[in-house]
Amino acid sequence: MEDEVVLLDLCPSAFAMRVKIALEEKGVKYECKQEDLRNKSPLLLEMNPIHKKVPVLIHNGRPISESLIIVQYIDEVWNHKSPLLPSDPYQRSQALFWADYIDKKIYDSGRRIIWMEKEEQEEAKEELMQTLKTLEGELGDKLYFGGESMGYVDVALVPYTSWFYTYETCGNFSIEEGCPKLITWAKRCKENESVSKALIGPLEVYSFVLQLKKRL
Amino acid sequence: MAEEVVLLDFWPSPFGMRVRIALAEKGIQYEYKEEDLRNKSDLLLKMNPIHKKIPVLIHKGKPVCESLIQVQYIDEVWHGKSPLLPSDPYQRANARFWADFVDKKIYDLGRKIWTTKGEEQAAAKKEFIESLKLLEGELGDKTYFGGDNLGYVDVVLVPFYNWFYVYEKCGNFTIEEECPKLIAWAKRCLQKESVAKSLPDEEKVYGFVLQLKKAFGIE
Repeated sequence: MEDEVVLLDLCPSAFAMRVKIALEEKGVKYECKQEDLRNKSPLLLEMNPIHKKVPVLIHNGRPISESLIIVQYIDEVWNHKSPLLPSDPYQRSQALFWADYIDKKIYDSGRRIIWMEKEEQEEAKEELMQTLKTLEGELGDKLYFGGESMGYVDVALVPYTSWFYTYETCGNFSIEEGCPKLITWAKRCKENESVSKALIGPLEVYSFVLQLKKRL
Repeated sequence: MAEEVVLLDFWPSPFGMRVRIALAEKGIQYEYKEEDLRNKSDLLLKMNPIHKKIPVLIHKGKPVCESLIQVQYIDEVWHGKSPLLPSDPYQRANARFWADFVDKKIYDLGRKIWTTKGEEQAAAKKEFIESLKLLEGELGDKTYFGGDNLGYVDVVLVPFYNWFYVYEKCGNFTIEEECPKLIAWAKRCLQKESVAKSLPDEEKVYGFVLQLKKAFGIE
């Protein structure tokens, strides 16, 4: 029986992009349904009644929510190829730690860079650069966070690189200047078809944010 | 060997309690080290340089941080006894979802209840009860969130039970009135030795909170 896989999506969402990369890595065929967050579909409200957010993965009618949980699920179900998490429990705990670190830090700093001004924005910029430098340290000399091939942490982080242009433009700074290794890593990731298919372009993200700002 | 496993912890921390319960469920001997959070040890700063927080689990000299990650690690390494996460991927995703829900809601809302007053406190109480009711719904008629035995979600949630007394005293409300099924579940958990020996007395926790409030000038 063919698997039925549906993704409730929002194109600019870094969280949704993670799921798309994971599905592409595993070669899973899926249907992508775009959500309008000002007018959420009955399906979204039914499948994620607790948080009412995207992304939601619906596998054979059953929903899974929260992007990192979805990526782990995909890795476990379609375990025939491209393992994302390491098999060793300690390495696994480290991968989970860094993905959690990314979740705790980047979105919030990024949001404040986009929406705040002056001191608050400066503080957020410093925090973001500190976070990215720490991640560069963790990457070290490896090709990917996952080692020789992309892994869980690469999948968790690379979608944010589509947002870098927006952060830089709103905050008037350069991420590449502060974190050249990370930019090199991002380019390397984008050479993978799964990533190039799943990520939307930086200009599209910026235009999405400009529209949001216009509405307010 | 006890020195193989070390836990850097702080006795009232619900996050630390999760790890204590998991280690007890698996029957693992470990060395418990109490941290003074106003004077963090060199070991803590070395083992968790990123967040500088407890709990930190140190296994054969290597640190694992973040309580949910620690509980999963313990479950995977000592997988022979008392499995905490289900083996089915969908059930696992569901357990992780609810653990994440507890992490997103209970600690922060609980904190608001004992640190604020007036409208802010009232709003926190309302959302707190709503969150507990959603958890009650997920529990349903099961003995534990894990089914017939303690599972991941039980381990993640039950440490907040001995903070309920703090929230109730500071917020002037009764959780049992609103969420009787959840209180019944918590009492069932406390009948397990792994839980009973990992949770400090609620009066002691309340005493600690009163000291904190005085120190920070919170009424």
